[in-house]
Amino acid sequence: MLPTDAKRPLQLNDNGQLRHFLSLDGLPCTLLTEILDTADSFLEVGSRAVKKVPLLRGKTVCNVFFENSTRTRTTFELAAQRLSADVITLNVSTSSASKGETLFDTLRNLEAMAADMFVVRHAESGAAHFMAEFVCPDVAIINGGDGRHAHPTQGMLDMLTIRRHKGDFKNLSVAIVGDILHSRVARSDMLALKTLGCPDIRVIGPKTLLPAGLEQYGVRVFHNLEEGLRDVDVIVTLRLQRERMQSGLLPSQGEFYRLYGLTSERLKVAKPDALVMHPGPINRGIEIESAVADGKQSVILNQVTYGIAVRMAVLSMTMSGQNAQRQLNQETRELN
Amino acid sequence: MMLPRPEQLLPHMANALQRHLQEHQIQEPRFVGIRSGGVWVAQALLDALNLEQPLGILDVSFYRDDFTQKGLNPLVQPSELPFEVEGQHLVLVDDVLMTGRTIRAALNELFDYGRPASVTLVCLLDLDSRELPIQPDVVGATLNLSPEQRVKLQGPAPLALELKTLALQ
Repeated sequence: MLPTDAKRPLQLNDNGQLRHFLSLDGLPCTLLTEILDTADSFLEVGSRAVKKVPLLRGKTVCNVFFENSTRTRTTFELAAQRLSADVITLNVSTSSASKGETLFDTLRNLEAMAADMFVVRHAESGAAHFMAEFVCPDVAIINGGDGRHAHPTQGMLDMLTIRRHKGDFKNLSVAIVGDILHSRVARSDMLALKTLGCPDIRVIGPKTLLPAGLEQYGVRVFHNLEEGLRDVDVIVTLRLQRERMQSGLLPSQGEFYRLYGLTSERLKVAKPDALVMHPGPINRGIEIESAVADGKQSVILNQVTYGIAVRMAVLSMTMSGQNAQRQLNQETRELN
Repeated sequence: MMLPRPEQLLPHMANALQRHLQEHQIQEPRFVGIRSGGVWVAQALLDALNLEQPLGILDVSFYRDDFTQKGLNPLVQPSELPFEVEGQHLVLVDDVLMTGRTIRAALNELFDYGRPASVTLVCLLDLDSRELPIQPDVVGATLNLSPEQRVKLQGPAPLALELKTLALQ
């Protein structure tokens, strides 16, 4: 149910720098902190007259979306453009895959377009790993969300949001609420929080929407929303993923809102300055009340802005790691 | 080799800068230091000129031309320019001027904030080994080093120059 990342070293080069970005599993605290620090610097670029730096000039970033997405796709496009890269976006969900092309053949065709990085979103867990394993050398793969497995850039933008509003992770209580079972965001958030030293990670949801094996993330599980929200600093509300849900997991959406919807009344149980986060798109009146989503504790739109900066950091760091690996390989060849 | 002492260079630089600004009829310039050494020198110049104004700080990591060779600086920090660049006279300050590539990157970055009225370049040391057509308007001292030698500014207080020798490959 919860895939672990046996192939983790795949995403690091021989110096321990990122060369792909597939999952947060196994990445050290120093590396996650470096991503956040770099993203902080890119955030400042977004406030300039010219919101662009020349780091990836002449590089081509190819967004390959096998699954629909608006926020992730557009923020990856903006991130690449603000790094001066050329960007193309392929909505494969509406093209070759539906005509029967295999993932492997799609990959070979994309390589022939001489792109330097692929941002991949796929409904199957492990798709980005698969591509990273078989892609030609020097090309970076960024996971833009794979099935229920991981959404590492979303995880890091959530961490940037928390760090910018709360300073650090040392004394925080963070609650993740809702449909954990289908949520790659929840998995990436739990891993990142644990690695960054958050001492109290809570997961709140009905038994049918909580996966087995949550203990490995070092979280506390609650089935009652009020109990779980007591005195937390941060609330991450998740979208109820109706499109991934098989019938029978929930009696009804109304029932879910009655038990697990984040309302103004329930928000009072958390600390008065608790942050309300949501990866979007939000279902108003299903997992969150409109007044809470638009309220002063909500940082849902800040998350989108921070997402661009985090994606700029990840794109430039992986490209940097690919360059470094190419030089290492060259030096090794010269020695032999 | 005896390196000059920054506290001896700075008063001369402050005088030369004041003269330069007067000659060019530049009034109320804003100061911008390049992280890290340039920021220290810029602050020391502001102090020497008795100017109280917020200092601009540039981190040129995103604009360097050696990204494909050296990669991204993991210690990059945000640039902070607490004033409008558009139409502003700027004094750009760095500690050691060598190839001119850092200044090229800094100029490109500055122009992404706006179009300055002018940029005056001030450097504590000039190592006189330019690879680009960039010249300082005010310089503390010029040194001729052998190819494996580098100079690093230690700071912020006290400022001191340190000679380093690279291991030649």
